[in-house]
Amino acid sequence: MDILCIGLSHKTAPVELRERFAIGDAHLGEVSSLLAQTPGLGEAVVISTCNRVEYYAAAEDGAAGLKTVSAFITSKCGIVPGAPSFIGLNSGEGIRHLFRVVSGLESMVLGETEILGQVKKAYQAAQTAGATSRTLNKLFQRAFNVAKEVRTKTSITRGPVSVGSAAVDLAAKIFGRLGACNVMVLGAGETAEMTAKALQSRGAKAIFVSNRTYERAAALAEMLGGQAIHFDEWERHFDNIDILIGSTGAPHAVVKAGRIAPLMTRRPDKPLFCIDLAVPRDFEPAVNEIEGVYLYDIDALQGIAEQSMEIRRQELTRCEEMIELHVAEFAQWLAVPRPEGTK
Amino acid sequence: MERLFLIAATVCFLATFAYTMFALGARVARPSRWNFVVMLVGFALLTGFLQLRGKAVGRCPVTNLFEVLVFLSWAVVLLYFVVGGTYRLSLLGAFTAPFVFLLLVVAQLLPAASHAPVYKKSAGMWPELHAALSLIAFGAFALSCVAGVMFLVQERHLKRHNLDSVFHALPPIHDLDAAMQRVMSAGFTLLTVGLLAGFLAGNMKAHLAAIWTAGVVWLIYAVLLILRRTHRFPARRIAWMSVGAFTIVLGTLWGLSFMHL
Repeated sequence: MDILCIGLSHKTAPVELRERFAIGDAHLGEVSSLLAQTPGLGEAVVISTCNRVEYYAAAEDGAAGLKTVSAFITSKCGIVPGAPSFIGLNSGEGIRHLFRVVSGLESMVLGETEILGQVKKAYQAAQTAGATSRTLNKLFQRAFNVAKEVRTKTSITRGPVSVGSAAVDLAAKIFGRLGACNVMVLGAGETAEMTAKALQSRGAKAIFVSNRTYERAAALAEMLGGQAIHFDEWERHFDNIDILIGSTGAPHAVVKAGRIAPLMTRRPDKPLFCIDLAVPRDFEPAVNEIEGVYLYDIDALQGIAEQSMEIRRQELTRCEEMIELHVAEFAQWLAVPRPEGTK
Repeated sequence: MERLFLIAATVCFLATFAYTMFALGARVARPSRWNFVVMLVGFALLTGFLQLRGKAVGRCPVTNLFEVLVFLSWAVVLLYFVVGGTYRLSLLGAFTAPFVFLLLVVAQLLPAASHAPVYKKSAGMWPELHAALSLIAFGAFALSCVAGVMFLVQERHLKRHNLDSVFHALPPIHDLDAAMQRVMSAGFTLLTVGLLAGFLAGNMKAHLAAIWTAGVVWLIYAVLLILRRTHRFPARRIAWMSVGAFTIVLGTLWGLSFMHL
């Protein structure tokens, strides 16, 4: 038995091409079932995400199987799936590719974990539609185990890889759960909006928006489900704020150490996380020297994201070594002839 | 036999510490469950030692500084299992293990460690309860000191933007602060009950120095807890104070070790 895979991804094809092959979640099982019924195959799983569309199948003859799947795609989409946009892999290459995909090694953001859930859904759809049997069931179960092992035994998923997620991770390291955190946004910049949304998605409660132009503050506050306040009144809310995001277009610092220090004495045991996303900066660097205040500017946050990405890149070799062991084991299992009906 | 238990327990805590250091260096995402198991084995061995020793001396085995330090180590690990599970602070074990290891090594280097246990009739329930509860309370203070050290390390990482593997492995400062406070409160309650047991034991004149020492420790932690509860001090300063207060506790143990039940 041979494992084969034909597909295209963000690495090989632009979105204009990928979208022509995309399959909605509701149809994944149906397409997998149709492919599995094609003569010469017998089992199939189709994966379709925003970054990849891949057809996996099990066939007695790998080379012939690739041609069969290719013909199936042509008949379905009206386009011949040729190189360089499409890759065709069989034997150990197909197994290796799936293990790499579920482990996040083929993802746009190295080590991201969303892909594992997407592959699981696609596999379940195929299984429910009766498109899988002994070989692909074994392959996908093994793939999910490999992904788990890679995640827990390496740092491939560790650390934030964007400014927003870096801010959220830092907030979590200060406050634990963000459910009791109040956020204030000074200014109405796009990055501030994204960061506030990221914090909100992790449970942050009230969002206050303050901007020199009140209307812009009101618009952003409405979008975030928060409250707009006049710019000269933001300090009145200081005692309730846990996270302060600076994103104004002011040419000078608007949050000064000399002003924050006395305000912090009113709340000595309540830490304040300051996120400065503005250039020129909104916070005086000396604000970080105040007891209980943690200031991170845009460079610091970008540095964290890059550092995390670098750590992930360094872990790549270890992940690949782990995957190779599993590929060899699975290929060995595949090579043993089994009478029909056995597991 | 009892000495074997003690040596094996010491090795367990050293192994836990060494493995955590290795895991942090190798960037392993989660600490191994074996770490927890090894600490559990260490705890069982310490319990075995204390039971055998207790039988040999005919009462709660806190008759000299060697036994006091072993008992304290046992109390620290016991409280770690209670608190570590509650707060899911798995790395608390990594910080607790070297501390317990150090206590056990110091205990075994003391001259009293080589003395054969001397059997003496028990002085009664209250004096023994007083000694045991006070030492368990000191164990809680030790753990609040460990949580305080973890808080200070994590806080420093946050201030200096130093986000290394230790930073990723350590819990949020909010959780460490909460753990520090609750363990301290638990220790304070235990010490209060221990002191009451001491008063009920009677014969106050004979133990005046020990009672004064315990009273001073009680007062230090009472002040610390009041400062924390009234939100007058930043958590970082409370963490420093927790470390300082436990240093004083360690000093008082020398005095307490001369208290005969």
